[in-house]
Amino acid sequence: MEFKFDQKKFSDEITSFKKMLIDKKDSPGPLMPALQQAQELFGYLPKEILGLISKELSIPLAEIYGVATFYSQFSFIPKGENRVSVCLGTACYVKGSQTLLEELEVQLNIKSGSTSLDQKFSLDSARCVGDCSIAPIVIVNDDVYAKVKKNEIAGILAKYK
Amino acid sequence: MDLIKITINNKSAEVSSELTVLQAARTMGIDIPALCYDESLEIFGACRMCIVEIEGNNKLQTSCSTLVKHGMVVTTESEKITKNRRAILQMLLDSHPNDCLTCQKAGECLLQEYAYKYGVAFRKHDGAMRPELIDTTSPYILRDNSKCILCGKCVLTCAQVNDRAVLSFAERGYDTRIIFSGDQSIEESACVSCNRCVSVCPVGALIDKRDIGKIRNWDGESKVVSCKACDYGCEFEVKSKNDKAISVVAKPPTNGRPLCLKGRLSTELKYLDNPDVPYKKLEDRFEETTWAEALEITEIVEKINKMANKEKE
Amino acid sequence: MMMTKEKLIEIKEKVKPDMIEKLLKEDRVEYRGADLVLKGEYFKKQVRIALKNCDIIEPTNIEEYIALDGYHALYKCLVEKQPVDVVEEITNSLLRGRGGAGFPTGRKWAEAHKYPADKKYIICNADEGDPGAFMDRSILEKDPHSVLEGMAIGGYAIGSDQGYIYVRAEYPMAVKRLQIAIAQAKEYGLLGDNIFGTGFNFDIEIRLGSGAFVCGEGTALMESIEGRRGMPRPKIHRTAHKGLWGRPTIINNVETLANIPVIIERGYEWFRGIGTEKSPGTKVFALVGKIENAGLVEVPMGMTLREIVFDIGGGAQNGKEFKAVQTGGPSGGCIPADLIDTPVDFESLGKIWSIMGSGGMVVMDEDTCMVDIAKFFLEFSVEESCGKCVPCREGTKRMHEILDRITKGEGVEGDIERLLELAETVSGTSLCGLGQTAPNPVITTIKYYRHEYEAHIRDKKCPAKSCKALIQYFITDSCIGCTRCAKACPVSCISGKVKERHVIDQDMCIKCGACYDACPVKPIKAVTIN
Repeated sequence: MEFKFDQKKFSDEITSFKKMLIDKKDSPGPLMPALQQAQELFGYLPKEILGLISKELSIPLAEIYGVATFYSQFSFIPKGENRVSVCLGTACYVKGSQTLLEELEVQLNIKSGSTSLDQKFSLDSARCVGDCSIAPIVIVNDDVYAKVKKNEIAGILAKYK
Repeated sequence: MDLIKITINNKSAEVSSELTVLQAARTMGIDIPALCYDESLEIFGACRMCIVEIEGNNKLQTSCSTLVKHGMVVTTESEKITKNRRAILQMLLDSHPNDCLTCQKAGECLLQEYAYKYGVAFRKHDGAMRPELIDTTSPYILRDNSKCILCGKCVLTCAQVNDRAVLSFAERGYDTRIIFSGDQSIEESACVSCNRCVSVCPVGALIDKRDIGKIRNWDGESKVVSCKACDYGCEFEVKSKNDKAISVVAKPPTNGRPLCLKGRLSTELKYLDNPDVPYKKLEDRFEETTWAEALEITEIVEKINKMANKEKE
Repeated sequence: MMMTKEKLIEIKEKVKPDMIEKLLKEDRVEYRGADLVLKGEYFKKQVRIALKNCDIIEPTNIEEYIALDGYHALYKCLVEKQPVDVVEEITNSLLRGRGGAGFPTGRKWAEAHKYPADKKYIICNADEGDPGAFMDRSILEKDPHSVLEGMAIGGYAIGSDQGYIYVRAEYPMAVKRLQIAIAQAKEYGLLGDNIFGTGFNFDIEIRLGSGAFVCGEGTALMESIEGRRGMPRPKIHRTAHKGLWGRPTIINNVETLANIPVIIERGYEWFRGIGTEKSPGTKVFALVGKIENAGLVEVPMGMTLREIVFDIGGGAQNGKEFKAVQTGGPSGGCIPADLIDTPVDFESLGKIWSIMGSGGMVVMDEDTCMVDIAKFFLEFSVEESCGKCVPCREGTKRMHEILDRITKGEGVEGDIERLLELAETVSGTSLCGLGQTAPNPVITTIKYYRHEYEAHIRDKKCPAKSCKALIQYFITDSCIGCTRCAKACPVSCISGKVKERHVIDQDMCIKCGACYDACPVKPIKAVTIN
């Protein structure tokens, strides 16, 4: 699925991002912070931005793709307005978080790792987020839901619909 | 440079202390199998085939990445080593298509060579394999990702030339694959068709397309020549059968030699009576072209012809 | 500001009394000897060294850290000791790395100290990736200065003026607290140039991970900082000799560093008096899973699993039977209930085929299928494998495929042997610790729970009644016909009239368990799992 990058909508962010690249160009190991900033600013890594990073930091495009595709936190499709994630770390798994994820896939009608067509919701599984004593957890944007039961999923989603 | 004493397979020698065990073994005429090691490339340590037993250490060590130490005692072939090498080869074959009968690399494929040496065969299974992806967009390089063993040699060799570095690993884990530029086809990418990657690929994942179907590597004769197009003098292999030169392929580059398309084409033109038609690369596609264009000597040729015609008059 | 010993004392005298008064009033702390400890049953058997300030001080206020003797150890090192003395102190303490490998910290520092170079680095590995582990996160969020001070001391010891903290992206609060702490430390002259006027410069920069567990491996971590894929390097040179950008580098875990100021402050003999001879000190564990009292537990090395799981943790929750505990995360092993009296230290855990790891302790009960647990951990390793070396990339994948078949009821005779064969090559020839330890959960569960594997393969049964493909939901005649199960069923496969026994259509059932959860019949539900 191709989501088109609206350069006009993001023109301010692009300008400040380009300036940051030029500033960071000579610092040691600038690529990871650059990619992390881009992910933060644009919500994903449009290919135009990767080309910009390649140009400003003088790093071959292939190498940038190699790094960007290695790490789970970098996305090549935009996240939804509401980002839902379920922790599948050991403590949560042992308390049935896999079932929660499956329920969310049904309720949102998208598979884990994708974004809904209207870009309202994106769903992901997360590796352990370190909140193991309140497992299983579901995170929507910055809201953490603890000890979640399957029949509570619809209610949680309703808050964001 | 210090010399130290090392014993490999009960054979002792004095070697430079700066060598790795694998390099030391080679100087002693002992060959240790390796898929990802190349003396002109940085040590990668991915294939794990070069494992050896070193006295005093319970664990197998990769000889490509272990520096020699004074008094070291090494064994390069043993039951434990063979068992693990066979397991590694089986793992590689399990992800690899059973294509040897029609694969261009047959006869010069390292995977095939080691499978034969250690008696490991393809086997049927329901598990995952490298996904099929054949890129035929380039007239010079045939890319078949299903055969890639992810040894990394193509990536490393392309990165050695300053303004190339067109290849990279992408994704991670079992889904790791090799990409060109921004995960594009060869024709869309920044590849310059120098064929460095083709010359170092140990299997049939990257093949010289113009060489396909011409001759088997155990047939005919071959000689190594130096390119005359520039001072680097990169090496090429000219393959002949019945005294007729049929194909020219790049040899793995050494000593900072870059290899390039123009050099290879000029070598083709020099040695082959019927070279295939050349192509030039535009922004994102290849186009058939003339030999003068391909060697970038159109103006010179025109001038020579013009002067020859003048002379005639 | 130029910090001095006098100023440190001044701050302490100004802040400490009010701070103590407030804490005592809130009834959260009490005195154990001269030390302030958290009050409560949960903390009685704990000995908190790395966690000594957690939940006691305000982490965003450097003065509270100073009030409890913070940065006094750094002062002692910079003003009263030579770098080689600091190395000796830590070496004598026999402190071992708390990140999992248990390598003697002093020896690591000594190697980097000895190696001459124009630039050296000290890295704090805060990429705590083991699922179920949150020890490091807690220290970073609640006592970040202990890590900063530990790093500065380490930097002084080895001759480095630049530290990096590599934090995983999934810890935004930890990053925030660290940023505040670093800024405050700089403001108070405890980081930056000419600390305590001794001419020692030390700066700390934060670098973020981006979702790759393998970056917790030392050489992969350095690759990541250098802006590359987190693929581990072949171990040609020791990191202490040639590490980050080819310079001598020390990589220490968060908990290890949090111990440093305390060891300097109280002396190595005090430290060796706690724990065991070969593993002195304490260890922080994250006690999670099917446990009554989940949380962070710091205890002396050598305490038994029984004491930790039952005395402190309260045993398995909901009255279920305790079955096993996994230590060491996806690199570790499952320890069965009959080995519960094993002391927790590096050697003892190794003897029963597990590892200390970073401190994750996941408790499992009778409802946990050990084959499924092995599959779960292996799945994690498959997803997080960097893909560089053949045995890990290909071998873990094949092991997972076998386990997947087994849990789906498609296991065949010979699968267990195949798993063990693959395990041998993966653990014996992989490039880094991820691959080398990935087979451990499989190896230990086969060793201790072979009967469960055999039940899955031969009888196509899951003894823990967990693997969906091998269980069947069935409604018994104690059904009261309340229709709650039919209403809860997402695929509407339960039929039945009101007040009549309901029936599940086995062909349509997706084994989600909604009917089981909905059934109100007591004391035993009418919906059973076979």
